[in-house]
Amino acid sequence: DISLLPSGSLLALSHLGKAVDSLKDFPQSASEDEEAIDGERNHQKLLEKIGYLDGKNRLAERSEASLQVSEFSVSNEGTGEQLDLAELLGPIKSSSSMGTVKKQLKKVKNKKTVDLPLSKEERERISREAAYNKISQDMTKWDPVVLKNRRAAQLVFPLEQDGVLENCIGEVLGSWKARTPLEKEIFNLLHQNKQPLTDPLLTPVEKESLKAMSLEEAKQRRAELQKARALQSYYEARARREKKIKSKKFHKVLKKRNDKKILKNFEELRKVDPTSALEELAKMERARIQERMSLKHQNKGKWAKSKVIMAKYDLEARKAMQEQLLKNKELTQKLKVPSDSEHDEDAEEENGLIPDIVNEVQISTDGPNPWMQRNHGITTKTPPIQKEPLSSEESELEEDEKANEEEEALLQELIERRSLRKGSEVDQAPRRTEETEEVLAELRTLSEQINKKAKKRQDGEQSVNSSSAVSKEPSIQREEQPSLDERPERVQTMEALDTLGLDEAVQEQKVLEPEQEHRPSKQKSPLKKKKEPMAALHTIISGKTHQANPLSAPIVVEEEDCDEDATQRQIIKEAFAGDDVIADFQKDKLEAEKASKPKEIDLSLPGWGQWGGPGLVISARKRRRFLVKAPKGSARKDQCLPNVVISEKRNIQAAAHQVNVLPFPFTHQGQFEETIKVPVGATWNTQRAFQKLTAPRIVTRPGYIIEPIKEKDVESSPSHWAHQPYRGKARLHGYSPPPPKERSIKESPITHQLITHTPPLLPPQKKKKNLATMSTGDEASFWK
Amino acid sequence: MEAAPKPGSGAHVKGQGKKQKPRRYWEGGNDEAHPLPDKGSKRKWEERPQPKDAQVPKKPKQMREPRPKQKQELSSKQTQKVLRSKQTQKVLRPKQNLKDCNSDQKQELKPNQTLSGAQDPFPGPAPVSENAVNKFRRGGSKFVTKQPLKLVTKDKLKVAASEEEETSVRAARAELLLSEEPGFLEGEDGEDTATIHQSDIVEAVDIASAAKHFDLNLHQFGPYRLNYSRTGRHLALGGRRGHVATFDWITKKLMCEINVMEAVRDIRFLHTETLFAVAQKRWLHIYDNQGIELHCVRRCDRVTRLEFLPFHFLLATASETGFLTYLDVSVGKIVASLMARAGRLDVMTQNPHNAVIHLGHSNGTVSLWCPAMKEPVVKILCHRGGVRAVAVDSSGTYMATSGLDHQVKIFDLRGKYQPLTARALPQGAGHLAFSQRGLLAGGMGDVVTIWRGQGQGGFPSLDQPYLTHRPHGHIHSLQFCPFEDVLGAGHSRGFTSILVPGAGEPNFDGLESNPYRSRKQRQEWEVKALMEKIPAELIGLDPRNLGEIDVISLEQKKKERVERLGFDPEAKAPFQPKQKKKGRSSTANLVKRKIKVKDQEHREQVRQSLQQQQQQQKKLQTSQSTGPPPSALDRFKR
Repeated sequence: DISLLPSGSLLALSHLGKAVDSLKDFPQSASEDEEAIDGERNHQKLLEKIGYLDGKNRLAERSEASLQVSEFSVSNEGTGEQLDLAELLGPIKSSSSMGTVKKQLKKVKNKKTVDLPLSKEERERISREAAYNKISQDMTKWDPVVLKNRRAAQLVFPLEQDGVLENCIGEVLGSWKARTPLEKEIFNLLHQNKQPLTDPLLTPVEKESLKAMSLEEAKQRRAELQKARALQSYYEARARREKKIKSKKFHKVLKKRNDKKILKNFEELRKVDPTSALEELAKMERARIQERMSLKHQNKGKWAKSKVIMAKYDLEARKAMQEQLLKNKELTQKLKVPSDSEHDEDAEEENGLIPDIVNEVQISTDGPNPWMQRNHGITTKTPPIQKEPLSSEESELEEDEKANEEEEALLQELIERRSLRKGSEVDQAPRRTEETEEVLAELRTLSEQINKKAKKRQDGEQSVNSSSAVSKEPSIQREEQPSLDERPERVQTMEALDTLGLDEAVQEQKVLEPEQEHRPSKQKSPLKKKKEPMAALHTIISGKTHQANPLSAPIVVEEEDCDEDATQRQIIKEAFAGDDVIADFQKDKLEAEKASKPKEIDLSLPGWGQWGGPGLVISARKRRRFLVKAPKGSARKDQCLPNVVISEKRNIQAAAHQVNVLPFPFTHQGQFEETIKVPVGATWNTQRAFQKLTAPRIVTRPGYIIEPIKEKDVESSPSHWAHQPYRGKARLHGYSPPPPKERSIKESPITHQLITHTPPLLPPQKKKKNLATMSTGDEASFWK
Repeated sequence: MEAAPKPGSGAHVKGQGKKQKPRRYWEGGNDEAHPLPDKGSKRKWEERPQPKDAQVPKKPKQMREPRPKQKQELSSKQTQKVLRSKQTQKVLRPKQNLKDCNSDQKQELKPNQTLSGAQDPFPGPAPVSENAVNKFRRGGSKFVTKQPLKLVTKDKLKVAASEEEETSVRAARAELLLSEEPGFLEGEDGEDTATIHQSDIVEAVDIASAAKHFDLNLHQFGPYRLNYSRTGRHLALGGRRGHVATFDWITKKLMCEINVMEAVRDIRFLHTETLFAVAQKRWLHIYDNQGIELHCVRRCDRVTRLEFLPFHFLLATASETGFLTYLDVSVGKIVASLMARAGRLDVMTQNPHNAVIHLGHSNGTVSLWCPAMKEPVVKILCHRGGVRAVAVDSSGTYMATSGLDHQVKIFDLRGKYQPLTARALPQGAGHLAFSQRGLLAGGMGDVVTIWRGQGQGGFPSLDQPYLTHRPHGHIHSLQFCPFEDVLGAGHSRGFTSILVPGAGEPNFDGLESNPYRSRKQRQEWEVKALMEKIPAELIGLDPRNLGEIDVISLEQKKKERVERLGFDPEAKAPFQPKQKKKGRSSTANLVKRKIKVKDQEHREQVRQSLQQQQQQQKKLQTSQSTGPPPSALDRFKR
């Protein structure tokens, strides 16, 4: 409390500090044993001494009476007054060291006092307002998008279509240029060959050729294609059929044939493409390994065991077993890679190790056992240097051929039998047999090809037999070529059908000659004319009567016998015609008018307010007073039409089908009627128009995720902002124009201050995120 | 020279009319302009199912063409003239829909250049004449905009207008597919066409058309009533003495022939040719195409006349007892039974435009009925004597009546119901019939007279008959065959089919009433027609009523709402003067203030209207004044 200290007391304080220090040095001799009074006196003395330490400033005696007694003897003269800053500054004037303090104090003096801080509620409100303004301003960027989507005739979701086909093809191709050397090279090539560069469709040559291609050719081509397709389907059907055949013999034969073919293929492959042949070999090796691993073909299965029992008596069973074993051997045989002499030796060495049975088989390859010769190829898998004698090979070939032939014969027999059986079973004969015949022919040709190839095989190279299957498609395709030449059969001509209708028509039409018995009798009844009350009606009814022009055609009015009495009645009717027709009609009309008029209501009570009794007469004045007049309705539709009575009643049942509320944006019924006047149905529109009119408002492409609109999409497309004719003008439903920028903020300086000084409501990144979520949520609600 | 193919034989007709070279895709061309008929789709205008080249109704054309030249000429000149005038008219070109190319790209790709480089000789959509488009427009807008509209409203109106424009342009463009044109007989310099006999016409036309003129000599079973089916392919005959027969009259193939052993008053096909109703002496009977009686409707007794309303599946019967009864044939229920209070009813016809039934009465009036109303919608006094015959034309615009006063009159049915022409005939017409193209046939005794209108869409002028014919007996019923130039006349000695060039509509709608339809097509159509059945209560004078807002109930609702809420939420609150103190809120003061505000508003209105007027005047002046622009020196002019 600076203001309370006397002016010179700062110095005094420093002296006081020194005095205290000296006091500590002072010996306190009599303080221990002396009494309290002594102590008080001593204290007094001490104080005096302290006072005397500084000769100049002696503590002044308290002289004045004061309410507040201060131990530092401060005068309380101006207790009510406030301390002036100038007073404080006065003493420091001289010393230069106080300059900074002085400046600071001056600054303090210039500054105004800070107002009281606003209450919490107010602060919050203002900040809320500011935040709302800011966010709503941010939100306005969605308005054009929303507006656009609302006004769109159709929305296809997802809105972001892949922009692959946005530009015209020609445009894209036209702008593209070759840059890399590879591209340039390709372009050069294309240029040389006159290939189309910018026009992607056809080259001039192609175009010409297309133009040159006649209808006949096109038809021919189509027929060929049809044929090919039919053949393919035949093959497929055959394959399916063969798959179903249960005959083991058939399958055996088939398998053999397949094996042979595979072998042949492998040989060819070896010649042409050694690498793929190696691959084949690897496959075979793999098969061998698998066989070795498994217990297949080792006569250990159920079937084999049963066969073992039978083997004693049955030659077939024995054979089968042997075959199994042989197969096992075949498969477990280690393959020998050609041109490796070491391996040969190894194999020889191995031969010693291998059990006898196996050896037997191997050794006997050259022997007389005929069915061992089939794996001759494998067993004599040796480098080409080791050539076998030609004669043996030839014999082998012959044998092969023989086997082939046998197989073929068997196959054919089987197939024929099958076909026959089927033919007898089901009586859809013609097509089936044709089909089977075709299949047969196919098979035949296939087998022939196989045979030919087998004949051609003459070099000494051997091939490896393998069980892996190879597709037979290429052969099939080769097969198709000759059969494509067949033309589709002509459809029956329809010429005979034409004349039928004509004949009938001519036959049916007979002109009959009826006998004519007519009695000419001209009749004319005079028209009566009567005076009627309404002239207009008269004129309408009578009309302008034309005099019957003498017709050029002989029109003779005739009558008939049977209608004699009818005509008589008619005559009578005519005689009385026009009597009261008009009058009746007028009466009718008057009645109708009366009926349709709203009626007045008489509320006067007879006897109210007057004497009752007989002869009661309500005065005219009273009656007038209590009469509720009917509202004047609109004029009748037939008011000016004397010959017409138009009913004023409403068709309530039809009205039930009508719209009886005005839908939202319309303020006048005419507006709404305008929008529904174009019929939508296909009966009244062309197909295109119908489709367009009934197109769904929202289309969702199946299989696509519909994601909410993102902020960046909106910002990136300035087209939304481009057309915006409604800004700030009128309010669309659910659309509020953006507020004028910062007006509300500038109006109040307090809020301005607050916004500038207060820290942001949310940390910036967090705020942005929040905004984004809000906007997407809003968007989602729009789509609903 | 080809016979009309039988409906059963259907598709295979050998002689293709024009061999069109198939279009290749590299040949440039606009698909929009020349839509190839798509056989797969079943739509109306664009792909109107043209049932093969030979089947397209060439018959009427062929019938009209080969007239002997010394006698008549075709009216092709007229049609040519019309065509020429069409071409010279203003041509509409709807905006091109270049959605896929932006404006920049448009400049690069010339509009008539396709990708493949082929030139389009007719770039852009095909031009349409404005007259043709106007035909398909749905009338102008009824409301006048006083205040500026809301944006949403404006938007919707704009969309509706553009839709209307587009659909009408499309429809107009699809008119190209209506290949057939009607024609008429024309006399050579002053020759009266009425003198031309049927035999002359038959000689001149091709065999197929000539076969359509025939007589059936059926003198045993009394005067015949007849009815053609809606497709015009089948004919039902009902003799008064019980003879009932239906047959395909083109091939003359009999479907059934029975004698009901009872008086037959009238006969009528129902929605298809497989069913027909016969009004017999006591009750109404319904038979199928084999003559098997399916129903006997005893609630309709002593029926004299029958009418079938095809879109509502209603069979209207008029009885001797004075009842007009509507029978819904799709569900077999009687929809309405109305007492006409006019005695015996024996004159009845329907208005094909709005399905209103016209009844002629003995007191000279014609009354118009719809099933939802217990009293006639309109009653017209037409003749002094009783009404003998009534006929309404296909557009529902004109009604022809003939009465016992020997007059034939034609009335306008568009709101005024006034006679347009009238003519007294020597004996009056006992029967009247309108053709699809507006010819009027009248049967007088044993003479059939046909009148013809002057222009397209006009009413027939009764001055000069177009054709006359005398069958061998007294006329008992008349009907024009739809889509054929044939008038059927049932008379006391059988039936006569008369050739009337220009009577039928040359182009039929293959989906609506196809004369060549097969059984399957008929079944399809039947299902569709049933699904599109219009409720009976919607019949009224104006069929467009359904597209209008029911104003009365709208106002009623509004009123109820106001009553319920206790205030009108839409009304502007009236000015309420503020309460002031120190004696300034006296009643007089309040009234004064109210008046002041009212006047202010009024003044504001007046000012605005004045401003508007001035602006309009200014606009007019600026548009009118085309002189030199005012110069600065004009101010010195005296």
